[in-house]
Amino acid sequence: MAFTFAAFCYMLALLLTAALIFFAIWHIIAFDELKTDYKNPIDQCNTLNPLVLPEYLIHAFFCVMFLCAAEWLTLGLNMPLLAYHIWRYMSRPVMSGPGLYDPTTIMNADILAYCQKEGWCKLAFYLLSFFYYLYGMIYVLTFPRQKDRGSCQQNADCLLTVWNKRI
Amino acid sequence: MSAPAGLPPRPSAPPPLGAPAGVAQAGARPQHNGPVQHQMQFFTGYPQNYSAPSGHYAQVPSKAVPSQVDNQYGAGYYSTGYSVPAQSVLTPSVGSNLLNTQGSQQSYSKVPPHPVESAEGLGQGAISSTSYLRTNTPQSYSAFGSHYSTSVSSSVASQGFPLNSGHYAMPMVSSAAYPSLSYPSMATASPYGQVFTSQSLPAIGQFKEMNAFSGQSTVVSHSLQQVPMGYRSTSWSTSDVQSAQDSLSRNHTESLAKASNQTSTVGGVDSSHLVSQNVRFIKSGVGSSVSSAVTSSERTPVDHSAQPGPVPSVTKPSESLLQEAIDSSSTTSSASPVPNNYDALEGGGFPETRSITSSPAPAPSVPPTSKTSKPFGYGYPALQPGYQNSAPPTSAMQPTNPGHHSGFQQYSQYPGMNQLSSSLGGLNLQHSQQPESLRPVNLIQDRNILPITPVPAPVPNLNSDLRKLNCSPDSFRCTLTNIPQTQTLLNKAKLPLGLLLHPFRDLTQLPVITSSTIVRCRSCRTYINPFVSFIDQRRWKCNLCYRVNDVPEEFMYNPLTRSYGEPHKRPEVQNSTVEFIASSDYMLRPPQPAVYLFVLDVSYNAVEAGYLTVLCQSLLENLDKLPGDSRTRIGFITFDSTVQFYNLQEGLSQPQMLIVSDIDDVFLPTPDSLLVNLHESKELIKDLLNALPNMFTNTRETHSALGPALQAAFKLMSPTGGRISVFQTQLPSLGAGLLHSREDPNQRSSTKGVQHLGPATDFYKKLALDCSGQQTAVDLFLLSSQYADLASLACMSKYSAGCIYYYPSFHHTHNSAQAEKLQKDLKRYLTRKIGFEAVMRIRCTKGLSIHTFHGNFFVRSTDLLSLANVNPDAGFAVQMSIEESLTDTSLVCFQTALLYTSSKGERRIRVHTLCLPVVSSLADVYAGADVQAVICLLANMAVDRSVSSSLSDSRDALVNAVVDSLSAYMSTVSNLQQSTLIAPNSLKLFPLYVLALLKQKAFRTGTSTRLDDRVYAMCQMKSQPLIHLMKMIHPNLYRIDRLTDEGAIHVNDRVVPQPPLQKLSAEKLTREGVFLMDCGSIFYIWIGKSCDNNFIKDVLGYPNYAAVPQKLTQLPELDTLSSERTRSFISWLRDSRPLNPVLQVIKDESPAKTDFFQHLIEDRTEAAFSYYEYLLQIQQQTCK
Repeated sequence: MAFTFAAFCYMLALLLTAALIFFAIWHIIAFDELKTDYKNPIDQCNTLNPLVLPEYLIHAFFCVMFLCAAEWLTLGLNMPLLAYHIWRYMSRPVMSGPGLYDPTTIMNADILAYCQKEGWCKLAFYLLSFFYYLYGMIYVLTFPRQKDRGSCQQNADCLLTVWNKRI
Repeated sequence: MSAPAGLPPRPSAPPPLGAPAGVAQAGARPQHNGPVQHQMQFFTGYPQNYSAPSGHYAQVPSKAVPSQVDNQYGAGYYSTGYSVPAQSVLTPSVGSNLLNTQGSQQSYSKVPPHPVESAEGLGQGAISSTSYLRTNTPQSYSAFGSHYSTSVSSSVASQGFPLNSGHYAMPMVSSAAYPSLSYPSMATASPYGQVFTSQSLPAIGQFKEMNAFSGQSTVVSHSLQQVPMGYRSTSWSTSDVQSAQDSLSRNHTESLAKASNQTSTVGGVDSSHLVSQNVRFIKSGVGSSVSSAVTSSERTPVDHSAQPGPVPSVTKPSESLLQEAIDSSSTTSSASPVPNNYDALEGGGFPETRSITSSPAPAPSVPPTSKTSKPFGYGYPALQPGYQNSAPPTSAMQPTNPGHHSGFQQYSQYPGMNQLSSSLGGLNLQHSQQPESLRPVNLIQDRNILPITPVPAPVPNLNSDLRKLNCSPDSFRCTLTNIPQTQTLLNKAKLPLGLLLHPFRDLTQLPVITSSTIVRCRSCRTYINPFVSFIDQRRWKCNLCYRVNDVPEEFMYNPLTRSYGEPHKRPEVQNSTVEFIASSDYMLRPPQPAVYLFVLDVSYNAVEAGYLTVLCQSLLENLDKLPGDSRTRIGFITFDSTVQFYNLQEGLSQPQMLIVSDIDDVFLPTPDSLLVNLHESKELIKDLLNALPNMFTNTRETHSALGPALQAAFKLMSPTGGRISVFQTQLPSLGAGLLHSREDPNQRSSTKGVQHLGPATDFYKKLALDCSGQQTAVDLFLLSSQYADLASLACMSKYSAGCIYYYPSFHHTHNSAQAEKLQKDLKRYLTRKIGFEAVMRIRCTKGLSIHTFHGNFFVRSTDLLSLANVNPDAGFAVQMSIEESLTDTSLVCFQTALLYTSSKGERRIRVHTLCLPVVSSLADVYAGADVQAVICLLANMAVDRSVSSSLSDSRDALVNAVVDSLSAYMSTVSNLQQSTLIAPNSLKLFPLYVLALLKQKAFRTGTSTRLDDRVYAMCQMKSQPLIHLMKMIHPNLYRIDRLTDEGAIHVNDRVVPQPPLQKLSAEKLTREGVFLMDCGSIFYIWIGKSCDNNFIKDVLGYPNYAAVPQKLTQLPELDTLSSERTRSFISWLRDSRPLNPVLQVIKDESPAKTDFFQHLIEDRTEAAFSYYEYLLQIQQQTCK
């Protein structure tokens, strides 16, 4: 049991992913409301658009954390989504404010369906990654990285031998 | 399919079928007759022949030429097998047929292969052999391509024939099937594209002909001799048998014709011949008729005279036979290649049977000679032209090749057809039972595809009661008048399903219903309509959601008849278009008054252009006609680098200008007195309008603060809502919403891709959404001579349900045409009906759902459009999808309800209901396709695609739409072999219209197109109703120098001549003629150089052509008959649309003629295919 930086990253990611799951659910509900006529697309876009960047930034944030913690597998699993987010934001419609959703096109059946599908896929991804982070956290806590420590040990040994020789 | 013509041949068909096979095979030569006959039979129509040759081409190259072919091609060709086979072919036929024919055959024998070839061959003698060789070589094939084109034209012409047409229906089908085989090969041959203009023979063809000619002259004599023989043979043959004989005779005749033509004409002359013949026979004949043609044509008549009267039934076959004969002649030559195909297709035995049958048949038939003979004559002329067109070039240079090819195709295809027909016997139920809309049309052969009258909307296949009740196609159209049962079926058909709406159209007759309760379905809120069912007196069943509702007490009383207890006689249930006066339940606030705000650019640029004069003048004239009531309000804002408001408060002695220079934070100087009551402040308004044009004459302000002015306008309008009319003359350069030039003039004609079709900023979109939320629409008048980024500016109208007008390079004096257009548009704009604070909801039967909307509006929810204003010139399109199978219903309904506040402050609901049948078979789906609606919907989708993806993407999508739907049709509905391009009659104009779309400013590439022009064209496609859009896509061309009262209609005591529509090709223009092109928003009158002086004098009022000025925009009112006719025709065209189109007279040499010629979409341009080339491209793709 050792509280490493990696363990910290996993704990953080766990919490943030919970928030992301909330975001995803919020999106799904919002688009469903749009589809069933409960809300005006302008209002809906106004509520959704401010949430887009925070979601993307949160995800990018713990990706960076994993990078720092050298959790390559976890980072690899998150890379596709990160790339997708970047692509999605790059190809957003022309807008002055932040956000993705354009009230004039959001009601297009294709776009609406796409957004809904996107919401469900993200929800599934976040849920799975939530459990993965949970597992990762426990794993890192219980089995601190042998390999890293081993290499340190070796380095230390080398140093020692060098010093010994000098001395 | 082609019942009339096809039928006669068919009886004999079984044997013939066999025969072709035999021909095809190498051994078949002796049986050539058989094949010939086959071909004869098969070819009912010209086109077939043509197609056949093409097929040969392709086949020969593609398929390793069979050994036989090789032989033929080889130098030994003539001497060896070939001559023998040819002879054998001829001989058998002769023997079987007639002694006379034998004589001819002998001549044939001399000539190597077929009659046609033989003719050539004979003349050419030794030389001919060489020519043959040439032809045989693959290169020759390419040459053929050129022939092809010519042939095509001829074929078309033949179709044009009145006589033929009747027969045609049947033949067409068969031909279509057969040709189809040949066609793919055609497509593969690259040469076609070049050939295209074909009527004048291609260079290759000509020189070949030249060569041939020397030889042919001798041939001619032969052919002549043969001809008589042929006739005799035909005479004896019965219809069935005839085919064989006919073929022979035809061959002869053909050869004759060719010979004659060729002899008489050399090189280019031939083409003229062909043309002329066509002309003679066909009314629609090619524009350039040549007198030389007479020779050939004359002969045919002679033949006729010689022969006694034909039996009509016989004639049809004979015609077909003739054509076939032509083919057959070619076939014989091509026999060697044929066999392979044939075998592959259908196996051996056939040929023999055929020949046998044919031979016996002739004998018995002999007596009837007289009957048959006439058909010949008939067929002859028609055939000849076609033949010559197609064949002459080939025959001259490449006698063998054409013949071979043609024979080839015929064999393969025709046998196929014959087999089909024979094996199935009368089984071609499909064909016989098919409705007219499913009649297959061979697009490549059928050149005169454009009907002579405007295309009507197809009528849904409903019972007569429902049909009478159904909504007018002018207001409500569906792309498929037969709705497919499932999405799968729809996907198979590859046609878009959607609606085209023109909901607020000016109607002359509209039942308006005032009642306290508007009867609607309780669950889906559908308005009661003619298609609901009354279960009993007290209950009705909704036709959209099937809920059973109660009939309210009030509804039991019929105010029209003043009777009680007849709910089904109420006007709501008797009319599919009704208008309700809505109660206060339908209001969120008291109905708004009509409010008009004009936002005017007064920068230097605007003053230079001088639009203010025109606008103020129009406003002054129409001030009293502005729709509205006593509450009507009006206001003005002008802007350059500052924003100026005008205080028009009643009681002021003169208008007061208030200048706000803080454009970063615009405010309203006096919120109350800027929008004033029109009636109370009329004098002040008039003063202002009189003063405005001169107020800024000395301005030096070049900047334009459009954004701030719009923000101010929005603030001014937001309490009430209404209409903002923005006049802008340049790129906004100050304040919010400023734009930068994004257009690179060097990229205007780039073929790569067009950028900047989307907005550069969302400022205008947001503003539009804000306006829309406050029930304010923004209409944009862009009068810019330079790039003004319409793509961004248009957003202000697109999402606020406004409309967009664009006057490129507007100048009040230098560009009088635009000035006049602005004036007329303004008149319409200011006085037309207007609906405020409108919403439109579209409901449809359960199972259908709305996929996408197109038009200018804001989509508030899945089926609700928010329209701040609605005007009678706005059209909408809706894409639909089928979410649930419609198997449990036989009818589907669509209902649009437009709720608006009239200018009189009344809340009204206009309801349109359309009812359509549901079908389960693909054939029915195609039968019900409405090609114009499909095109308009596709145009809308393509605009979306080009903005969201790229222009080339949308162009590809358009072409793919044609390819997919036609190949789906050919593979599923028409069981015919698919080597040619066949479309159901309902979709025969589909490729043409798509080509027209591709050549629109919106989608064209390679031609220099200003970005703003392109974007404007796109905006128009999205927002215009179908009827206007179709004129824009495919203008109507009329010849007006020979207007007659024939077929004229009477409108308001005026006689309106109805000239036939011409197709949009320069080929239809003649220097002697005067043509009117109706492009919807503009009329072009093109005057040919050698136009009749009488017309110029009588109609234009000038002594001669030279005296006609370059810029003429009006026809004088002269007291002559032709002037009266012309004017009544033009004014009739004008009356049929709301926008008063501008008339522009174009002389042949004036620079403006490019405007005219760019609309001739069937012609090739530097950057785009001609219609025929494009068809070949399509064909290539469908046959992949």
